[in-house]
Amino acid sequence: MGSGCDHPGWGSIETGGADMKIPVAAAIAIAFGLVVLAGYFLPLPELVSLRTILVQWSMIIASTALFVGVANLLRVHWFKLRKGGTASAYSFLLIASLLVTLVVVGLYGPTGSWSLWIFNSIQFPIESSLMAILAVVLIYSAARLMRRRMDLFSLLFGMAVLLVLLGSAPIFGIEIPFLYGPDGLRSLIVQIPAVAGARGILLGVALGTIATGLRILIGADRPYGG
Amino acid sequence: MNIVDILISPEGLGLVFLVVFLGSMIVFAVAGKNRPGQNLRGIVAFSRLGKAVGLAVEAGKRLHISLGWGGVSGMQGISGLLGLSVVERIARLASISDRPPVVSSGEGTLGILSQDTLSKTYRTIGEARQYDSGQGRVSGLTPFSYAAGVLPNIYDEQVSATVLAGHFGSEVALIADASERTDGLTLAGSDSIQAQAVMVAAAQEPLIGEELYAAGAYVNAGPLHASSLRAQDIFRWVLVVIILVGAALKLVGLI
Repeated sequence: MGSGCDHPGWGSIETGGADMKIPVAAAIAIAFGLVVLAGYFLPLPELVSLRTILVQWSMIIASTALFVGVANLLRVHWFKLRKGGTASAYSFLLIASLLVTLVVVGLYGPTGSWSLWIFNSIQFPIESSLMAILAVVLIYSAARLMRRRMDLFSLLFGMAVLLVLLGSAPIFGIEIPFLYGPDGLRSLIVQIPAVAGARGILLGVALGTIATGLRILIGADRPYGG
Repeated sequence: MNIVDILISPEGLGLVFLVVFLGSMIVFAVAGKNRPGQNLRGIVAFSRLGKAVGLAVEAGKRLHISLGWGGVSGMQGISGLLGLSVVERIARLASISDRPPVVSSGEGTLGILSQDTLSKTYRTIGEARQYDSGQGRVSGLTPFSYAAGVLPNIYDEQVSATVLAGHFGSEVALIADASERTDGLTLAGSDSIQAQAVMVAAAQEPLIGEELYAAGAYVNAGPLHASSLRAQDIFRWVLVVIILVGAALKLVGLI
């Protein structure tokens, strides 16, 4: 990746997390990881069934973690509420909404009419309005990009966005001839350079994923606390 | 089925690929043991983040790390796990700050792991009293509720830099915009193509492609991070050659 560079502020490599002593938790995690991985590659029935059981366990644990996450959310906002200030009103609203939803879904079930009313009349409209805000934020961000980094790539980015937007739908019923339609410039941009770029990026992401997964598997990275 | 049949099957070839990849990572780690940080090209984002950590500590401001909502399983989970390496390094460096870093995530398992990473880091450096479980937060459990939950962290807690390292969707623009409005540095990387496209426009320092996966090497998280980068570079070229040869053979009608 080129040569020689300094990374200010990050200290020496000796303070990094690559402690090569393997504690019990890490040893168990590595062993289970190897069994699951081997289950994917080696067609041994015992290994495959063991892999299935371990993956099922992990799903149960992940579901339990969801409850822990909700409890954490509640705790954080409870402390914010107790601290007071203008933002505490939002924390109160969150806690009240959470408790009301919990009671309603508990009483009527997840597909009950009141539960669905909460989803369709509160959650869905709020998330939709956030999506609408997102469109404005993205336009503003694209304009800010031109101000912040005015270089060839930013210009290319801006032009591609503009062409794809203009070619996506007729403007006041008028179709721009060279942009719109299956043979237009928009389709050309979306189907050839965009797909090629995305595949290139995905190739890098896949290799990065493999490298990170292997580091976790051999215990060099231990995000599980061992 | 004998061993040769297993090895030439698609699963067997996958296993061989992994073993060779792992072998090359270890070889490069041993070969580069005495030359840490060498052969890395400069990525401005990481240099700026390193400085931002120092400035935040001096100014008594907070750093915010967002791990996304991808959980820990599947392809999308890996970027969140990688984000935990960044959390560990930032927590170490900012441990002397009056305002320790805060980590937000949009999934229960990631929330627990972020708390565990912070706790482990503070214990390791003898600052266990710095840890508070409120520093590792689950901010929301759907993409948009997560983004909405992260915004108060940025606006209300004197955050001077936000690191986005995990799986996001287009809603990441709301988080990056909030960071921009508070004049904070935003360093953003994700495994998602959609999020990367948004980050290019919305974040000050976007990490494109596999740059997020290089984070460990740049924040000095351990020798295997740098060696795995070298292995990725080599395998990328191997794959490029295979793709080009395949395209050429297809063009001449041989396959």
